[in-house]
Amino acid sequence: MRAAVIVFPGSNCDRDVAVALEQASGRPPKMVWHKDAVLPALDLIVLPGGFSYGDYLRSGAMAARSPVLAAVVASAKRGVPVLGICNGFQVLTECGLLPGVLMPNAGLRFVCRDVFLKVETTDSAFTLGYTEGNVVRLPVAHGDGNYFADTEILDRLEGEGRVAFRYVDSEGCRSVGANPNGSMNDIAGVLSESRTVLGLMPHPERLADSRLGGDDGRVMFDALAALETT
Amino acid sequence: MKARIHVTLKIGVLDPQGKAIGHALGAMGFDGVGEVRQGKVIDIELAETNPDKVRTAVDDMCRKLLANTVIESYEIEIDR
Repeated sequence: MRAAVIVFPGSNCDRDVAVALEQASGRPPKMVWHKDAVLPALDLIVLPGGFSYGDYLRSGAMAARSPVLAAVVASAKRGVPVLGICNGFQVLTECGLLPGVLMPNAGLRFVCRDVFLKVETTDSAFTLGYTEGNVVRLPVAHGDGNYFADTEILDRLEGEGRVAFRYVDSEGCRSVGANPNGSMNDIAGVLSESRTVLGLMPHPERLADSRLGGDDGRVMFDALAALETT
Repeated sequence: MKARIHVTLKIGVLDPQGKAIGHALGAMGFDGVGEVRQGKVIDIELAETNPDKVRTAVDDMCRKLLANTVIESYEIEIDR
């Protein structure tokens, strides 16, 4: 599996996700600087977490207009899977690969804690290793994770089974307390129409090794390691 | 020429920062404060001197970068 991790000024989870990818696939990903306008042949592109460009203007807004993103969008349109984690999810909505927008958390505070997520679909390269309906635990660390979209988009996402993960409590039940940011329909992660682009606020790379307290995130990278597009 | 752009959240989009400001104003004793909405002001200097061309260019900038039109609306003021 040939993966690339896009590195922006202010990215801070690029190395963590590189470790998780190498652990799963045995091959280190290519680290691509945001000023590179050309991408090699790839099976996976990862937009990592962090605070690209200091979250200036809106989180993800500047990164979405950086030179490398045109190449990422072109690759995504050719079917190359793209995974956006946290700030990467914000970049994906800003560049239009995913619908909606991530607004400031409803509680106005940065939230940094483990959350429970229900796996809502296994119909994607990212989630096929999970069991539908199961509850997994991953950390969140964000100030702008409050997913917003108009009702037409929400209805489409729900109708097409494109909500990949939803915030729940440890028992798998939805509640106000289980949602860390006020996100609509308790959405934690969404898929593109083609199901080849996933954006999620929680960090699978931060719990991808049992020595670090959990490995629910590893399932995603193990599934992605098997990827081989043409 | 100079352009000033006001970016605000669209009506119907919850503005938690505006709400917090409203609560704070009420707590400070300012009576009769209704809904508060927070936005941004962006000032841009442009080499172009034709106001119509400036407006067209700035409108393009707003749609492509300065505002996220999923949740934000914008107003453009040209020079003074």
